[in-house]
Amino acid sequence: MFKWLEENTPKLVLAPSFIAVLIFVYGFIAWTAWVSLTRSRLLPKYDIVGTIQYERLFSSPRWDTAFSNLFVFGFLFIVIAMILGLILAILLDQNIRTEGALRTIYLYPMALSMIVTGTAWKWILNPGLGLEAMVRGWGFEDFTFDWLVNPDMAIYTIVLAAIWQSSGFVMALFLAGLRSVDEEVIKAAQVDGIPTWRVYTAIIIPSMAPIFLSAFIVLSHLAIKSFDLVIALTGGGPGYATDLPATYMYAMAFSRGDIGQAASSAMVMMLVVFTIVVPYLYSELRSKDG
Amino acid sequence: MAPILEINNLFKNYGSVEILKDINISIEKGDFLVLVGPSGCGKSTLLNCIAGLEPITSGQMNIGGDDMTFVSPKDRDIAMVFQSYALYPTMTVAKNITFGMKVRGVEQDVQDRKLAEVAKQLQMENLLNRKPGQLSGGQRQRVAMGRALVRDPKLFLFDEPLSNLDAKLRVEMRTEIKALHQRLGASMVYVTHDQIEAMTLATKIVVMKGGVIQQMGTPAEIYNTPANLFVADFMGSPAMNLVPAKTSKGADGTHVEIARNGGEPIVLTDAKNRDLPEDVIVGVRPEDIADADARGGEAAQVAECTIDIVEPAGADTYAVMQLGGKHVTARLHAETNAAAGVSQRLAFDLSKVSYFDPETGLRLN
Amino acid sequence: MADTSFTPAGSGINWGKIALRWMLYVMLGLFALFYLMPLFVMVTTSIKSLEEIRTGDLISLPREVTFDAWRTAWSGACTGIQCEGVRPYFWNSVLIAIPGVALSTLIGAMNGYVVAQWRFRGANLIFSLMLFGCFIPFQVVLLPMARVLGIMGMAGTIPGLIFVHVIYGLGFTTLFFRNYYVSISPELTKAAKVDGAGFFRIFWSIFLPLSLPIIVVTVIWQFTQIWNDFLFGVSFSQAGTQPVTVALNNIVNSTTGVKEYNVDMAAAIIAALPTLLVYVIAGKYFVRGLTAGSVKG
Repeated sequence: MFKWLEENTPKLVLAPSFIAVLIFVYGFIAWTAWVSLTRSRLLPKYDIVGTIQYERLFSSPRWDTAFSNLFVFGFLFIVIAMILGLILAILLDQNIRTEGALRTIYLYPMALSMIVTGTAWKWILNPGLGLEAMVRGWGFEDFTFDWLVNPDMAIYTIVLAAIWQSSGFVMALFLAGLRSVDEEVIKAAQVDGIPTWRVYTAIIIPSMAPIFLSAFIVLSHLAIKSFDLVIALTGGGPGYATDLPATYMYAMAFSRGDIGQAASSAMVMMLVVFTIVVPYLYSELRSKDG
Repeated sequence: MAPILEINNLFKNYGSVEILKDINISIEKGDFLVLVGPSGCGKSTLLNCIAGLEPITSGQMNIGGDDMTFVSPKDRDIAMVFQSYALYPTMTVAKNITFGMKVRGVEQDVQDRKLAEVAKQLQMENLLNRKPGQLSGGQRQRVAMGRALVRDPKLFLFDEPLSNLDAKLRVEMRTEIKALHQRLGASMVYVTHDQIEAMTLATKIVVMKGGVIQQMGTPAEIYNTPANLFVADFMGSPAMNLVPAKTSKGADGTHVEIARNGGEPIVLTDAKNRDLPEDVIVGVRPEDIADADARGGEAAQVAECTIDIVEPAGADTYAVMQLGGKHVTARLHAETNAAAGVSQRLAFDLSKVSYFDPETGLRLN
Repeated sequence: MADTSFTPAGSGINWGKIALRWMLYVMLGLFALFYLMPLFVMVTTSIKSLEEIRTGDLISLPREVTFDAWRTAWSGACTGIQCEGVRPYFWNSVLIAIPGVALSTLIGAMNGYVVAQWRFRGANLIFSLMLFGCFIPFQVVLLPMARVLGIMGMAGTIPGLIFVHVIYGLGFTTLFFRNYYVSISPELTKAAKVDGAGFFRIFWSIFLPLSLPIIVVTVIWQFTQIWNDFLFGVSFSQAGTQPVTVALNNIVNSTTGVKEYNVDMAAAIIAALPTLLVYVIAGKYFVRGLTAGSVKG
């Protein structure tokens, strides 16, 4: 008995976490998947009726807005954050004396809660007393900057705040990548007389492909999960103009009492995440084993 | 008295891959067994199996006469020195050495006394309060040895302990380990890929390849009568010359005919070995091919060979030529007048010659 | 890389190069302003009076510094019907974060130790499954978790929130420790086994003393995650057990009475202060956690 215990201690130590993950991740996903195939409303029902919830979901105008917002927001957020992060990283890579301080400044928003970020930008962007009022106060009476309350433009305020929050992180990733490029290759290029910008475009940036991929994965993951920022900045409004799948799901689950819709929208979110993350994780784990 | 280590029909698989196949080893108290072979031959796995760090698939193992097949490492009464030394990084040298005793609940004054003994023995009294990170490679090696010595085990296990040291230090430590073995009379199992280490340290060598024991014997046996082509080639530096040849029976013994580059074949006569097949591979150590002028004696048979390359090595000069379609190395005097492209009279000594079957690679004589 | 080495020595003053250098600093400075501006606005707004906010300018410095808004935010602002400021919720967050961080770090350390140093058949699969859990959108577990917490009698309680944070933090904490321990030679474990130490002894005497850097990274990561969480907080808490992020959102979005922007900003700063402090004090480890959590994921 004692010997058995001694030999199996590692398994016994890992077992509770494993069981917890099985239940609380995989079991719960299965539960949500199941419920998304039923007629559940206020209370969950367990008779499978097919894809009725998904049909309801995709015929709902509110979901339609939320889902297309995800792609508008996700695309702009990822592309701009990556470009901005790369520019910042390259600028900072030029032997800047104050690099430490600047890096700290660019990255601190990442330490903030999205709720804090949302609160701050909500105040800055509010037309009554914020930026718009300030510029008008400078004498530009016709200046309008009402994105926050304009249903067509409100989604871009979320893009703006999200980029402010996360681009410093992308910069940190890229900067680490720039610094990990083999010094000797760069020296060889210098000896060959290749100009700095060519060294970047031809040697350094191509060698950072894995970092681009990581940054893309992290940012897309952030985009799909974005919930707090919308709640704090626009509350999904005006109307439903800035709803995202995450806020839609929450509204269905906790204010509308429509469990079936909540479950099916959550499943769609997960599918979007999986189509991005699964191939990445798979290749990562494969290469680790090899 | 029972052998100190006895391994019977040991097999070890990882999944469907056989790592060790039918290993049988037996050594007596005081033996220094060296497991030698190229990387991936299973020698380290075998050592881990002896330590109990890897479970075995089948077979049986005794240490000190007791069945240890399923006993966990801590109860096998062994100590082990690792390639990376595996010193506990956050503990001082003294704590590293006494950790095993502390775990086993040995009394403090006994711990102190044994620590002092070992520190004196390895001359590292001044290092006891340092951390491993502050030590040089050689010093770490010493601490790892100290950690093993302090346990006074039935069996010492060494897993390539010198391979992380530079060449000079490696030779020094090798001598030190040998001296330690002689002084303690302890039983040791030592893994290395370096055949010189194996030859100099061992009282008994096991040569392994592909998880199979190729040959087991004293260093002299392994060197002089290698059991097959692999052992012949692996043990010894420069390696044994292995040359295809034809044999025929003569009145005075076996005639061995070796093709010579651009000339008549060399015919050597071996009076000792008879009844060899027609096609053989002849194995001659470089030191058995010498300057004809310097080497006399009845065993020596002189032949002219054209030297291709001359490699002075200080104490000796190696001459490389083509025989039987192979490079053949001869070990000549340091002051030899051999030169590249020049024909040289060489004496072949067949008293320690080996013959191998070209098909199976097995020894014939 | 050394940009200056591109200029051959003794080529005289290169005006183009100097102009370029100036441009570089100007651009970096402008970016710094972009990142600093919201913080600046938050701080200045929080120490202005409401009157000054209404008449003044977003980025102007306060004519008169007042900490009334901070006092109100801390102990008087209304989060709906209650008007106790963020203070009780701040302490809720502390009560959630401390055990949540401690437990998930400890369990993650043990898990990482097993996966990296005590490999057994299937250990890698288990690790992959746990790692995968890091990537799911939590929306997919909200509904069943709400029910399970209810069944366990932990709905709307602080222990319930701690439980949720520990469960969904395990993937990352295990990943951190696993990646750290995997770089430690397995011979260390072997040596300790031969020395007679068992599983826990080896962990306690050998691995834990080695782990300070990764413990710091993990603690910072988990603390930031839990403190800044909103989704679990808003889904699984009730009046009285809400964390500070939820309270902040309630204050900002409460529709009763006059909109007190200065109080909102003060409350936001209070909610941000602990993680900002951690970032300023231990930025190096913070960044290491961020990059480890993403690159190695």
